[in-house]
Order: sequence, then structure tokens, then C-alpha cells
Amino acid sequence: MSNTLLEINNLFANVGEKEILKGLNLKINKGEVHVIMGPNGAGKSTLANVILNNPRYDKKDGEILFEGENINDLKTDEIAKRGIFMSFQSPEEIPGISVMNFLKYARHNITGEPVKIFSFKEEIKKYMEELNINPKYMDRSLNVGFSGGEKKKNEILQMLVLNPKLAILDETDSGLDVDAIKTVSKGIEMFKNKDNAILIITHGTKILEELKVDYVHVLVDGRIVKTSSGELAEEIEEEGYRKYRKV
Amino acid sequence: MRRKTYLDEINTNIYDIKNKDNYEYKAKKGLSKEIIEEISKQKNEVQWMRDFRLKALEMYNKLELPTWGPSLDELDMSEIATYVRPKGNMTNNWDDVPEDIKSTFDALGIPEAEKRSLAGVGAQYDSEVVYHSMKDELIKQGVIYTDMETALRDYEDIVKEHFMKCVPISDHKFVALHGAVWSGGSFVYVPKGVDVKIPLQSYFRLNSPESGQFEHTLIIVDEGARLHFIEGCSAPKYNKINLHAGCVELFVKKNAYLRYSTIENWSKNMLNLNTKKAIVEENGQIDWVTGSFGSKISMLYPMSILNGKGAKTEFTGISFAGKGQNLDTGFKVVHNAPNTSSVVNSKSISKNGGIATYRSLVQIMPRAKNSKCSVSCESLMLDSLSKSDTIPVNDIRTEEVEFSHEAKIGKISDKTIFYLMSRGLSEEEAKSMIVRGFAYPISKELPVEYAVEMNNLINLELEGSIG
Repeated sequence: MSNTLLEINNLFANVGEKEILKGLNLKINKGEVHVIMGPNGAGKSTLANVILNNPRYDKKDGEILFEGENINDLKTDEIAKRGIFMSFQSPEEIPGISVMNFLKYARHNITGEPVKIFSFKEEIKKYMEELNINPKYMDRSLNVGFSGGEKKKNEILQMLVLNPKLAILDETDSGLDVDAIKTVSKGIEMFKNKDNAILIITHGTKILEELKVDYVHVLVDGRIVKTSSGELAEEIEEEGYRKYRKV
Repeated sequence: MRRKTYLDEINTNIYDIKNKDNYEYKAKKGLSKEIIEEISKQKNEVQWMRDFRLKALEMYNKLELPTWGPSLDELDMSEIATYVRPKGNMTNNWDDVPEDIKSTFDALGIPEAEKRSLAGVGAQYDSEVVYHSMKDELIKQGVIYTDMETALRDYEDIVKEHFMKCVPISDHKFVALHGAVWSGGSFVYVPKGVDVKIPLQSYFRLNSPESGQFEHTLIIVDEGARLHFIEGCSAPKYNKINLHAGCVELFVKKNAYLRYSTIENWSKNMLNLNTKKAIVEENGQIDWVTGSFGSKISMLYPMSILNGKGAKTEFTGISFAGKGQNLDTGFKVVHNAPNTSSVVNSKSISKNGGIATYRSLVQIMPRAKNSKCSVSCESLMLDSLSKSDTIPVNDIRTEEVEFSHEAKIGKISDKTIFYLMSRGLSEEEAKSMIVRGFAYPISKELPVEYAVEMNNLINLELEGSIG
């Protein structure tokens, strides 16, 4: 069986009339941690949204394969059910729906299995403890009144609960203090195993100090212009993206 | 795997059971002195009530239709039978209720709810109450819960003292109409200091096509007493207009508490022009909880008159306007004494071209010093075809009040739907979750089975709107 989870070939995508992704290629295997870095507006978040088929973005060309199957035209929920998860840069607030109910509902939808309330609650409590989330948040409306850091930790909680094959973390580390980044990294470490993969989208490098990364890609102007092992991140931290930009 | 929905599907739900129009007596369509006299004769009433009806008819003929709100042009009183007496007599035993009527109430879950979670039940079918019963211990405590016809016979003095005193026939045209043709409804008296811990419920079912329902609910909660009263209503859908012009009069005495909950799911051919009012005395409290889902047009603005020092009211309401529905609902409060307080929490949802309007009146009189009023209304539109509006009138005649009004009108954002879909929810499930969450502050105020019913109604409404 193939080891490849995600394969993106020559992907072009627009927001409205504006072309953002311009022939992007990417391959992620099981057990790998990838990082995509790049300046603002390069198309990092667009990539995450296009993989999940956010209707706001139009795919113009290219294909996205997940476990060997083309998922270009699948709806977002169907893609999620295949095992792709995205941690949002700004998670949405859902008044009146508690974290617990939401997780229960999402888990049921993703797995198609009935959720056993008691053991599920125990599982959530355990994760919340690991992520330093106050267990009282279980009964609070999803993301309503949460601080930036709490929202991000809640995304990681969802990742652990839904246990996807591929987790895309879109700027999960941005705006977090050092402790919160450590907590988020701990969650990622808990999640990581040889059968799943992680794609981290970031413009900072702090989170990379906490995690072992297999590949770092530099995304500039809608294309991946350089791929390398972990050290590339340090170089970018010091020198920026200037040398990758077209003049 | 994906669940398809068809328009027909909505019509197969329990609310739409249509029984044969199997009445014992149906008044001629239209409105005239002769018809009113005949109704009164059929009901074998005392003279003062017959006179009252005729006076109300005169008032009806004098008053104009409202010049604001949804158009009522479709209403043609000459096409409406105002009185339909079902077969059988009122009973306190479900086995004695005619089979077709009983099976309707069975499907609506009324006898089941009675066994499980209610202290008493009244069930009205078309113009008359067919079943009324209450637990023995409440009878022993002196609580009275019966139909209005029985009350008029057995407690004539109390009825005469209160009947249409809280809501006078001069209030508006449809109150006058109600005064002329009223029939059925419930009468409740809770004696001083008695705490009715389990709710009483009256359910109103209109089966007969081209007819009206005009039930009268009169509740008196005496000093220091407490009651939770639940009202439910529904009807199957017909092609022609049906009319509901009920009247609810609530008297909440000193230190008394009344919670009045309503789940209304009239069919989409119903004009719902209902009037509800409460008079609250010193340190008394009336709480309204209302879910409006049905009807073609609703004009419904429950009103609290805070007449005694320290009287309180809370209004918690939600309305859901779908295709072809114009729901003009809201709340009115008059602060007429010092230290009174009111809290309003209203929500509306509109979809598929539905119109949801929140219309309110807050009146704080000069003597109502140190009163508080806080109003919050939120509207959610599920698509760009739907409309929502907020029309508050605030008439505040003293400086010494705390008053706040907050209104929010919004749409379901595509971002939120995308977020939920990325967690494995289909678009329909995502919308339904957002709406359920939006409605939650209201549904949590309802008894649990009604909260479930409300969620089912929301899901039912959403299914019909998508696909």
C-alpha cells in the first residue's frame, strides 16, 4: 500500500478574479511533519482552504489527491470525513452550542459511529487536562468569549478528538505566548503517530523549536520555491524571504 | 445516503392529521346578530353574556382594521364559520372522547404528557373543550382548572368580575370579534399561597376548515400563589384561510408568580390575531415564554401591565418565519408603579422569504420611579430572500429609570458554515446547528419535552427550506 496521504499536482486557485495559487506541488506521506512558511499573501491560508474546498475559493487547474483519490470536487464535510482536519486561524463562535455537544456531534459525523457519552466525556476531560483547558469550558458555548489562545487550544482539542489522518494547522501558533505555544506543541506531539501526518502553516518559527519537523517548504507568490529539512526555518528567521521573491 | 426532502414531507407530520369535518353543529359562515344569538343559544348561556356578545359585535363593526403591520386583506369574515361544536360532551376521561378526536390528541402526545409531566390538562377541538382533568391533590388545595363554559356556570361571579376587564373589547377590532364569538378556553384559579409545582396545560386544536377558533383563557393567581401554565396550539393545513383570535387574561396578585408558556404551531393558512395581557400587582411576577412557528400571518404582542410596586415581568420569545409567513410579534409592557422591572429577550429567524418583525412598546409612567427595563432582540436571516425588522416604541416619562435596548440583525455567515462543515457536518446540519444554538436561550426556558419539540420544529422547518 502506498505511503502517500496527500498529493497536490500543479494547483491553481483564485479568490474571485485574483489568482493566488499558481502551480503548486506538494506531497505528504504518513508519519511526516511538514511546515509551510512564506510571506503574507503568498497563498498559505489559501492552500489550506482549497484543500478543504472552501466555496469562497475557485480551483482553476490541477488536482488534489488524498490516499490516491481525487478530492477536488468533494464537499468540505466529505473531505473531513475522509480524514482531513483544519485548525482555523480564527475559529468561528457558535452561541448556544456547548463545546461538549459540538465535539460529540462532530465525532459522530466524522466516524459515523454512535458516541458513548460517559467514556467520551472522560476522554475529553483527559485531553483538556493535557491542554490546560479549564474543564468548565466543556459546557460553554463553542468559542464564545474565548481568548485567542483558548480558541487555538480548542482547535487542538478538536483535532485530538476527531483524530484525522492529516491535520492542517493554519497559523495555529500565531498570536500565542510561549506557554500557549508549548501547550499546542504538546497537543501536536500527542496526536502524531506513524500513520498520520501534519501540515503546519506558519510565519513564525517558535513552534518549530518545540517540534521535530521533516520538511520545510517556502511558499512565495503561489508556488513552493524551496523545500528542505528543518534548518531552512532558521535561515528564514534570520534572513527573511527576500531571496525567494521574484524581482 | 443524503436525505432528500420534498415539499410533501412537511405535510406528513403529526400536526397535519386532517380529520373529517365531523361536527355536531357548525354556525353559518359570516358574522351577524342572528349568528351571534344562535351561538349563545347553542351554548345555553346566561343573559348578561349574550348581551355582552352583542355589544362586542357592535364594537367590532365600529372599529377599523389596524393601519399598521401585515395586510389583513385576505380575511373575509363572510367566509368564516365562527363556531363549530365537535361531537361528544366534555369529559375527564380520554376513553369518552370520540375516537377520531382522541387519536389526534394521542398523536400530539397530550395524554402521554399528562401522565408524565403535567398536573392537569385541557384539550379543545374546534370551538369546544372536549377534555379537562386535574390531579386530585390540586382539587383538594382549592385549585380550579376547567373550561370557560363550566366556569361561567359554576363560578359566574368570578368570571363576571374578570371577564374582558384586563383586555377590554375596545382594545382593537379582533378583541371585539373575540368578545362576540368566543368559545372554549380554560379557566384557572389558584388560591392564596398555593404553589402548583407541576404545570397545567391546555391544548387548542382547530380541525374544521374555513372556521375560526376564539378560545378565552382566564387565569387568576391569588396572593402568594404560584403557577406554570402551558398553552399549545396547532391545526392541519387547508387551502382557505382559518382565523384564530383568542384572548388570554391573566391576573397576578400580590407576591404571586405566573409563568405562561406557549408553543404555537398553527398551519400556514392561519391568521393568528391573538391578544394576551397580564395585570401584575405588588411584587408579583409574570414570565412569558413563547415559541411562534406557524400561521400565515401572526400579530401577537403579549402585554404586561405592572400595576403594583416591585412587580416584575420577563418576556422570552422566539419566532420562526418561513416561506409565505409574516410573523409580526413582540411585547408590550407598561411600568405603572415604582421599582418595577422588565426584561425582554426576543429572537427571530426568517428563511425562504419569510418576514419576521419585532414590534414592541415600552411605557414607563411618571410614577414608576426606580424602574428597570432591558430589551434585547436578535434576528437571524437564513438567506437573502428573507426579511427582518425591529420596530420598538419607547415611551419613557420619568428620568429615574434604567433603560437599555439592544437590537441585532444578522445572517448566517458562510465562514461559520465552512467551519462546521470542516468538522464533518453537512451544510443542512451546519445551518440547523447554528439555528438551534441561536434558539437555545429560549428553548432552555421551556419544559424539556417542549424544548425537544421546538428543536424538532426547527429541524422540520429547515428540512423544508433546503434542497
